Amino acid sequence: MAQVTELIHNYLRHNKKFPHVYCAGCGHGIVLGSLIRSVHGLGYSKDDIVLVAGIGCSGRMAVYVDFNTVHTTHGRALTFATGIKMANPKLKVIVVMGDGDAMAIGGNHLIHAARRNIGLTALVLNNNIYGMTGGQSSPTSPEGTVSATAPFGQLERSFDIVDMAITSGASYVARGTVMHVPMLDGLISDALEKPGFNLVEILTPCHTQYGRKNKFKTVVDMYTWYKTNTMKRELYAQKSPEEQQKLTPIGVFRDEGWPGLETRYAQLRTKLQEQESCQSSAN
Amino acid sequence: MATKKRKRKELFALGNEAVVEGALLAGCSFFAGYPITPSTEIAEVMSQRLPFVHDGVFIQMEDEIASMGAIIGASLAGRKTMTATSGPGFSLMQENLGYACMTEVPLVLVNVMRGGPSTGMPTSPAQGDVQQARWGCHGDHPIIVLSACNVQECLEMTIVAFNFAEKYRTPVILLLDEITAHTREKISLPFPDELEILARVAPAMPPEWYISYEETMRGVPPLPPLGSGYRFHVTGLTHDKNGFPTSKPDEVKALMYRQFRKIDQFFYDIQLVDEVQCEDAEIVVVAYGCVARSAELAVHMARERGVKAGFLKLKTLFPFPKSALQPLARQCRTIIVPEMNMGQLSREVKRVNNGLAQVQTINRIDGQIITPSEIFKSIMQA
Repeated sequence: MAQVTELIHNYLRHNKKFPHVYCAGCGHGIVLGSLIRSVHGLGYSKDDIVLVAGIGCSGRMAVYVDFNTVHTTHGRALTFATGIKMANPKLKVIVVMGDGDAMAIGGNHLIHAARRNIGLTALVLNNNIYGMTGGQSSPTSPEGTVSATAPFGQLERSFDIVDMAITSGASYVARGTVMHVPMLDGLISDALEKPGFNLVEILTPCHTQYGRKNKFKTVVDMYTWYKTNTMKRELYAQKSPEEQQKLTPIGVFRDEGWPGLETRYAQLRTKLQEQESCQSSAN
Repeated sequence: MATKKRKRKELFALGNEAVVEGALLAGCSFFAGYPITPSTEIAEVMSQRLPFVHDGVFIQMEDEIASMGAIIGASLAGRKTMTATSGPGFSLMQENLGYACMTEVPLVLVNVMRGGPSTGMPTSPAQGDVQQARWGCHGDHPIIVLSACNVQECLEMTIVAFNFAEKYRTPVILLLDEITAHTREKISLPFPDELEILARVAPAMPPEWYISYEETMRGVPPLPPLGSGYRFHVTGLTHDKNGFPTSKPDEVKALMYRQFRKIDQFFYDIQLVDEVQCEDAEIVVVAYGCVARSAELAVHMARERGVKAGFLKLKTLFPFPKSALQPLARQCRTIIVPEMNMGQLSREVKRVNNGLAQVQTINRIDGQIITPSEIFKSIMQA
């Protein structure tokens, strides 16, 4: 408990008026805690971290933490972060997005950030719903689920964020849940230390907007669902296809360690400038 | 002591290339963009030049929305940043342009106007984005819009754009048109020591005393780069002086009024115009961009015929240079406003004129420039 208090004092903003916006039972606070523990554990300076967030419940995280924080426009967080990282590669840039942010309005930016392998850590907080606007379907709302804009059940199929990131060329891709916190701490710490584009999808419940409409009577039911319906990737691989359909694998899905675009661009610049100075001295 | 006269380096350059020269002289070290005719040469030349600039970065983004996001991010990280686009891309940039207005991020956006709306005429000139440049992003906001009418001016106005952006902590839009951007002319490059290059104000206080959106005399709060020890919050939500979201009327009012005031109170610094033979003019032609060249020639032609014509070239379009126009409106009989749209800036002229002189417009939206003879004819008939 003493450590929690210390972390709260060190990493949360005292001049920001609490309480936070998160509902009872929301998983976003757990993610925030995990992020803070990871940053603390890795010994980063608060000055070196830029937390870039999109719009929505997850976007509000930027207000509470005492890093350099940029709360951007809806879906565009990765573009701002790309500019920041390219302008100053020494900064540790963390991007927090929701599922609507990352997969709907910002889907194109996610694909291209992964493709160009820009050195960012993207945390996608997937609660399968647009929470802040009142519970509309998102691209990760499973087929058949009920929402404010799918009152008769969602007909569209949903995105798999991990598959999307891998296909697009991300260097490190993982999935965790707020029900597996030590594992989540490990995944975020792992991602922060890797070069290139790192993405961690985090399954986090939204009972207020999603759970209540989809037969989760209590918040505890939702957390229990995350416990019983997710499985470590290695164990998941041993299951039969029928069993796999009901389960979501968690863990690290790709870990390539490819250098980020900012590093490669700096190398190119150095090479060109050396060539130029050689030529001018030869003349 | 005899001083050796230095000779400026001369180039035979496109308007778009001159923009790059101006940007590099102004200290631009970060460009993000997306190809679009007729602005593409700016991105192409930037991609060749920036790797040779100290810490220079060129990045081609996935679209114009992303280009704007990237230059805002890089500007917050301490860089002088620019992007360039044309009509359709300019429309896509409006969302993040509004963000830059709200968060007061210095940057330069070059919009090379082409025929529109929609895909329109990608290789033909127009001046149809004038009001969009002023009011394109939603919400009420101040903004600076500049223009240029020849290649040398492309270079000079780009430097001015960067200086205004840094001095007033605001996005600045440089409106060019297809003709100005694709004209090749001889220009001379100023020596760096001839130029006044401004940088944003850095905080003079230690981090613990820094208030990110503090009210200051100039209305422009200091802006440290991200990662310099000054940890602050940037948000597109209305914010209090500490940068945190607020919707309290008194805090919102203070924020918005300061943003307007910082531009309004330096109006005389921002208002840039050229007057040609206006002293005794009875007919004044008000023009900007490529049409300004036709207008100037038409005025000379009219003077040769003994008509007292004058020419007011607008280099600043917004805030509208009202105090340059007002005395002329009192003095002259007729104001002629030729422009390649259906009358976007003549609305401003009429507003400032307020019934003093007769205002005539010449409008063209067929992708063809308004010729000197068309303007000359109007002068002679006025």
